[in-house]
Amino acid sequence: MILVESAGLLTTVQDLGRPGYGEMGVSACGAGDPVALRIANTLVGNRPGAAALEMTMIGGRYRFDIATVAAVTGAECPVRLNGAPAPQWAAFEVPAGGMIEVAVATAGARMYLAAAGGIDVPLALGSASTHLTAGIGGLDGRALRKGDRLALGIAERPALWRALRRETLARLGARKTLRVTAAPQTAWFTDEQRALLVSSAYRVTQEVNRLGLRLDGAPLACPGASNMITEGAALGTVQVPAGGQPIILFVEQQTTGGYPKIANVIAADLPSVGQLRPGDEVRFEWVGFETARALLREQESLMAHGELFAE
Amino acid sequence: MAWNMAGADFAPASDRALLVSLGNRITPEAHLRVAALARRLAADPIPHVSNIHPAYCSVLLVFDPLRIDHEQVAEGVAERLEAAGGAPAAPRMVEIPVCYGGEFGPDLEAVAALHEMTPLRLVEIHSSAIYVAQFLGFAPGFAYLSGLADELATPRLDTPRAKVPAGSVAIAGKQAGVYPFETPGGWRVLGRTPLEVFRADRAPANLIGLDDRVRFRPITRRQFEEAVR
Repeated sequence: MILVESAGLLTTVQDLGRPGYGEMGVSACGAGDPVALRIANTLVGNRPGAAALEMTMIGGRYRFDIATVAAVTGAECPVRLNGAPAPQWAAFEVPAGGMIEVAVATAGARMYLAAAGGIDVPLALGSASTHLTAGIGGLDGRALRKGDRLALGIAERPALWRALRRETLARLGARKTLRVTAAPQTAWFTDEQRALLVSSAYRVTQEVNRLGLRLDGAPLACPGASNMITEGAALGTVQVPAGGQPIILFVEQQTTGGYPKIANVIAADLPSVGQLRPGDEVRFEWVGFETARALLREQESLMAHGELFAE
Repeated sequence: MAWNMAGADFAPASDRALLVSLGNRITPEAHLRVAALARRLAADPIPHVSNIHPAYCSVLLVFDPLRIDHEQVAEGVAERLEAAGGAPAAPRMVEIPVCYGGEFGPDLEAVAALHEMTPLRLVEIHSSAIYVAQFLGFAPGFAYLSGLADELATPRLDTPRAKVPAGSVAIAGKQAGVYPFETPGGWRVLGRTPLEVFRADRAPANLIGLDDRVRFRPITRRQFEEAVR
């Protein structure tokens, strides 16, 4: 059992999401940084997609009533166990009654706390992922609060006491230049506008959440915007509303949208979007679909045990 | 990079999504094709396609790019388009009880005044039509309903409300809808249903599904209170 003594800014239970309900208007949801979630679970011996805590900017304090193994990954932040410094990106033992404190992120936006056995909550539409708009998944479909209690599942495998390879972690690290491919309306924008997207720096505004990230920078104009018919929107799409400031749709996105889409962040760079915080400067870089696929394949190969862990 | 096959236009939407356009205007024919394709994909899924997002005249398919590519997904869609029949035997009819006006329908009187009719007449027109669920989007379980009488077509509020209560029955432009959750919204709210529009622990979770026919039935405040009890 985990007792929430302080829940930070926004802490939710997340796994790898619930694809398959787009027809009902339910986005797949899941962890904002699935790479960090998967590594945290792997470290404690869970399957990669087990449910864990996703903390945003400020971690919180979590007390464990039984001895277990935990790991904290994701955004850089000080971690303490019973007041003493604990490692990030490594499994550590938590004694019965132990308290893990995850402080304020110094870089990045989302931290993940996984514990052996995973967090045991009832599945909603096949997933433990908290969908805040729908009020489903996680703990009663909402963010955690002080005093909440979360059950832990039964550990299936022992934790991995091996160190993660630094160079692999560095290669998996969050990027500030997001690679993008064409989206359905890319051709509606002029060559100049498409060049502007990649030649300008965009600032992440305060309007950032699991639904999307509003950016601020060189405004983009789409001449045919009034012809737009609402259509399905892909995760990571860069849509351009009337004001011209782009919005990146994120994990709890609306499944359809009526704004023209100039670009779409590639799958391999979506975990990096989950680590953007207000004030960050982001840039975009055009890539082709083959390059996008190769980059995803490379990321997946880095997630293999042999690459992730030193001998 | 876009191509045509089996009477549909295909274009990559992302490195792991394909947009299939089944018309370039909002028409009943395009909707029929969307609904038929969605049914076909549910009955005969394309391997490695994890999600579909239908809309007015298109369907977005999300797939695993390490297992399948845009062209292969498109071929799977083309096969299913050719196999998909016309209208289904009998679309599902969903009846939605609505308590109109008062605190549940804060815009009822203003919309009636705008169209120079009594609120009672507005309710009569709104509840006598049969609507078609074009697709679900905006929020989980929110169905965009076509079929609103022309005489009730009303622009959205100039300033959206910060909070529209769950169950609110509303109209905007030529569309109708029911808010599944308390969300911000700019539609004109005419009443409220006691039914739960979306519940994850119910099968199906959504009260209204793609291509369902929907009818609104006026109920009294007392019937509303009894229904929620």
